Amino acid sequence: MRKRKMSAWRSAAAICALLLTAAGCGSGNDDDKGGHAPDKLGKGEGKVNIIAWAGYAEDGSNDPKVDWVHPFEKKTGCQVNTKTAGTSDEMVSLMKTGQYDTVSASGDATLRLIASGDAAPVNTKLVPNYKDIFPALKQQPFNSKDGRMYGIPHGRGANLLMYRTDKVTSAPDSWRAVFDDAARYDGHVTAYDSPIYIADAALYLMRAKPSLGIKNPYALDQKQLDAAVALLKKQHKAVGEYWSDYQKEITAFKGGDSVIGTTWQVIANLTQAEKAPVKAVLPKEGATGWSDTWMVSAKAEHPNCAYKWLDWIVSPKVNAQVAEYFGEAPSNRKACAETSAPDHCAIFHADDEKYFKRVHFWTTPIKQCLDGRKDADCTDYAQWTRAWTEVKG
Amino acid sequence: MPAAPTPGSRLRLTALLAPPLLWLTLAYLGSLAILLLSAFWATDSFTSDVVHTWNTDNFHELLTTPVYRTIALRTLSIAAAVTVVDALLALPMAFFMARVAGGRWRRPLLVAVLTPLWAGYLVKAYAWRVMLGEDGVVGAALAPFGLHGPGYGTTAVVIVLAYLWLPYMILPVYAALERLPERMLEASADLGAGAWRTLRSVVLPAVRPAVLAGSVFTFSLSLGDYLTVQIVGGKTQLLGNVIASQVTLDLPMAAALSAVPVVLIVCYLAAVRRAGALDSL
Repeated sequence: MRKRKMSAWRSAAAICALLLTAAGCGSGNDDDKGGHAPDKLGKGEGKVNIIAWAGYAEDGSNDPKVDWVHPFEKKTGCQVNTKTAGTSDEMVSLMKTGQYDTVSASGDATLRLIASGDAAPVNTKLVPNYKDIFPALKQQPFNSKDGRMYGIPHGRGANLLMYRTDKVTSAPDSWRAVFDDAARYDGHVTAYDSPIYIADAALYLMRAKPSLGIKNPYALDQKQLDAAVALLKKQHKAVGEYWSDYQKEITAFKGGDSVIGTTWQVIANLTQAEKAPVKAVLPKEGATGWSDTWMVSAKAEHPNCAYKWLDWIVSPKVNAQVAEYFGEAPSNRKACAETSAPDHCAIFHADDEKYFKRVHFWTTPIKQCLDGRKDADCTDYAQWTRAWTEVKG
Repeated sequence: MPAAPTPGSRLRLTALLAPPLLWLTLAYLGSLAILLLSAFWATDSFTSDVVHTWNTDNFHELLTTPVYRTIALRTLSIAAAVTVVDALLALPMAFFMARVAGGRWRRPLLVAVLTPLWAGYLVKAYAWRVMLGEDGVVGAALAPFGLHGPGYGTTAVVIVLAYLWLPYMILPVYAALERLPERMLEASADLGAGAWRTLRSVVLPAVRPAVLAGSVFTFSLSLGDYLTVQIVGGKTQLLGNVIASQVTLDLPMAAALSAVPVVLIVCYLAAVRRAGALDSL
């Protein structure tokens, strides 16, 4: 009996040791982070695995009239497998699996993907349509590093303020409505459920409390972060629910559970299409926003098809289709001539750099202050994540 | 006493038991061990890559940050509330099915209890989201009485979780009640006990282990749930949500956090075991 017990313990110890070594082996350090951009393209591999935001890779299954995946498959012979991701964090973790070739990453994910070596630099010469991308989207801090592009810009938009016109009678033109005045809509305020939403509070504080000295909502030192968190905690009392899934926000506004909060243009369009009385505005303080970039995985198994997809998705016609379906500004200036609504580019301010000056595109907050301060340490995304848990309490 | 195993039969037995045991230790307990192990690692704050340096910072943060304690307590109370609600609903229901309803009624009732199990989890949760909404059925039904629906929040979470896990409570209680010999109830009546006294002194002690066994399901499933909270929880945050939000960014912290429900369940199982509910398993 005693002997058997001993051997059981011994085998358990052996298993633990085995697990430890197995776990330790996984941490191999490779210096060649991120891989290389190809010099030329070969034949398509017959397949491409995509991570996309909802609405970016439509194959007609949501709406038979909206389909740019099948024409791509027909033209290139690359079968498309799409994985729709709900959040940037989900995109980052999916890319880490190495099972995907390309991703439509937003600015709060791109730098993380570059730094972790999950995204490879892109040879823009191999993407003929790159030459027609708006110059303001090229070589930006959130899509390039050391002068090398890490993807092809796809489109951009602002995080707007949406409200029910029947419940919010005085049309708001300031983020004040969801921060200092949030108590007016007690229990019916909504906010985007992500640590990056802290930047929305910081953006409001730039104007409301200039003494804090916030220059860039993604570059917050500890004191500035604390101020933003305090503001968000105050807002929390009036929040009915947070949203991260766009369907959830549509139903909440349609049913009246939410009456005011942040939104994307596409959500406003879909909610209006469902006959809910909502309106979306860009408040006077400006807004946070996103600029999406199609990046290629450093471990892509189908790089040739991935490059074909990159070129396809920003080609004038397709870029126009996506921009109209999703409700965003296209990145290809020739797309503006291809939209079915002739004023689409005007409505979404596609080439209006003055408008986008007011939009602070999502960027991963890092230790080195992005606003150029050398005398301060900024808070990084991990700290933002913990602060967000704190806000929700 | 069975005959001593011959070498051949022992070999066969080993061959039979090896795969499940291997599965249990490597895949099942092994993954748990790895999870707990990774709680002692750190994360590169920028790339979110796991850095394999041994430290206890995550547990330190877990124990010293007040918000985690609040969330753990909230999760614990919701799981307890769901368990109580389910026990209160399951007892009369199971009693009726096992002792009152005749053979003609028993089968349809059993099917009715089981039917929700066949529908998708998300479908049921979203159905409740629609019902509990501002213009939903629940609010409309309560309006004539001048009452408001609970809206989205902790109450909604308790309601939906209690709905989702109810069959897991009814079935063991029903099985226990069905096994309860008729003679015991008769004996109790012969000794002069009324219905109430019989319920308290005969039925309840007999089904107590079954209720506790059912509570292991309702309690542990509620403790780990995070989808229902996302759907009807409003701004409520439970342990599962925090783990889910940390898992891509800070895996070691998520691992440390998930140790909390594991510890809670182990404590609960120990308590239930002492009460004798696991003897019949």
